[in-house]
Amino acid sequence: MMQHLIVLPVVLPLVVGLILLRSRHGAMRTHRTVGVAATALLVAVAAVMLARAAGGEVTYYALGGWQPPFGIVLVLDRLSALMIMVTAVLALGCVIFACAGDDERGSNFHGLFQLQLMGINGAFLTGDLFNLFVFFEVLLLASYALLIHGGGKSRIQSAVHYVVLNLVGSSLFLISVGVLYGATGTLNMADMAVRLAELPAERAGLVTAGGLMLLVVFGLKAAILPLYFWLPRAYAAAPAPVAALFAIMTKVGIYAILRVYTLIFGEQAGVLEALERPWVWWLSLATMVVAGIGVLAARDLRLLVAYLVVISVGTLLAGIGMGSPAAVSALLYYLVHSTFVTGALFLIAEMIGLQRGKAGTRLVKGRPLRDGRRLAGLFFVGAIAVAGLPPLSGALGKALLMDAAAPWQQPWLWPILLGTGLAALVALSRAGSTLFWRSHDGEASGEALSRSRWLGAGGLLAASPLLVALAGPVSDYTRATADQLADPDVLVRAVLSDAGESP
Amino acid sequence: MESLYAITTGVLTACGLYLTLRGRTFPVVVGLTLLSYAVNLFLFSMGGLTTGAAAIIDGQSHFADPLPQALVLTAIVIGFAMTAFVVILAMRARSELGNDHVDGRKREEPHR
Repeated sequence: MMQHLIVLPVVLPLVVGLILLRSRHGAMRTHRTVGVAATALLVAVAAVMLARAAGGEVTYYALGGWQPPFGIVLVLDRLSALMIMVTAVLALGCVIFACAGDDERGSNFHGLFQLQLMGINGAFLTGDLFNLFVFFEVLLLASYALLIHGGGKSRIQSAVHYVVLNLVGSSLFLISVGVLYGATGTLNMADMAVRLAELPAERAGLVTAGGLMLLVVFGLKAAILPLYFWLPRAYAAAPAPVAALFAIMTKVGIYAILRVYTLIFGEQAGVLEALERPWVWWLSLATMVVAGIGVLAARDLRLLVAYLVVISVGTLLAGIGMGSPAAVSALLYYLVHSTFVTGALFLIAEMIGLQRGKAGTRLVKGRPLRDGRRLAGLFFVGAIAVAGLPPLSGALGKALLMDAAAPWQQPWLWPILLGTGLAALVALSRAGSTLFWRSHDGEASGEALSRSRWLGAGGLLAASPLLVALAGPVSDYTRATADQLADPDVLVRAVLSDAGESP
Repeated sequence: MESLYAITTGVLTACGLYLTLRGRTFPVVVGLTLLSYAVNLFLFSMGGLTTGAAAIIDGQSHFADPLPQALVLTAIVIGFAMTAFVVILAMRARSELGNDHVDGRKREEPHR
């Protein structure tokens, strides 16, 4: 069993998803139990993987027994274990929240949710560029269906944009994979890293084109500046638990950038080393500025949270743009924080909207909320965490990032990072005072919120104080992860145990 | 042969991109399909074009690269599924939004 551990995060959701899709007319209660149990099991699997990877050993799983570089491999290192853990915990909160009734508005919610998890986990584990494409498609196809779960005009409309853009992105992905294969003759990422070291000079241009095209594709997934326009509407229109799960989807793009450019375009690549860095650095700063304006302009709480997601993307990419191990370590800490907190904020926005009747999440005067005090408390905690005020994890993450900036980067990063934090703070305090204080007189008559909603949203939000309390171990782990990423030789040697020999 | 192949792929890509940028869902779907054809052709050529090479390695030194074929097959299957999904989504959007514009609303500009 233990030697198959690495493939479990892919196989478990696949099997459970298929079972759930097969018995689509079964009782909702059974579906919920199976969905929650499978996700909880995934958390357990992720914990075991995290424990295994924490030692610093890189292990791989050769599917079908075909050894790399010829077969397809799943690679487990510190980074992928961390991402799987974050995904599993976030998914558990979302699926518990969905059990309160969001899953009944359309068919097959739980089955699609598991397939989405399979795609995300696969993308985090794979060590093969083409397989990364396949898992991207799996997670996208499931996300298309989840995005329009429950139907409605705004969902369909934003889904058309989302689907068309991502299909074009997939075509671009294939083209860049083709270019890279044509130039290097391999698709295994570790093998490609080795071959880039002895790349003939006349092919460097081809590889640069392929590498930068990949950046466009990952930038589209991560929602970087010129490619983020699909995100706010899609995330604001999606059902709340799906929007919360989508908080990890932008991180898939960030993970892919981090993985591909540290591994393939690392030190050994010579002139091609870190060819993405200047692009990512400047675009991430611009992303933060534009998203800060978006946050201030948003007239709907869900749209506001969607722009907060874009801000967090910009912040994380700035870490990649800096590139030093300290910056990568800080960005990984911030990634964990921002995934949980933005996910929780989507769920809280849905709870607020449910109690305000027709006004929903729009930032207008509405009915007083039935659970106003408790919701305001949750919202307050979430707002402080996401805006980056002490004592919660956002402040810690931002401080780590600012500390990691090199002297010439500081004049750019510090004002923009703190300025977007201020913009988020202004927007959130305005939203909060409109939602909780400026209400009509009269009786509160919103629907009661079931316990699973409080559990889902509260559980995810609790990650923020936990991240502060456990800041020592977590930042030790992210620091070790960053060191491992900075030294791709470990992974290359582990995957291609005969890397030293000529093929 | 290479130049003919390259021109075909390029023309298909250009047509696909142009149609993808149109305002109504049907041309967009056709554009996406053309784009995926172009990508499949491109993938097919990425191992280098060879003629008269053995498809199955049977002790021969001159053989066709099997990997692009496998990749194209995967890409075709995925592209096919995606096209089916987009068509259904476009029809759903047409019925829910009342028109077939990508933005979901009619433009004010006069109909040509």
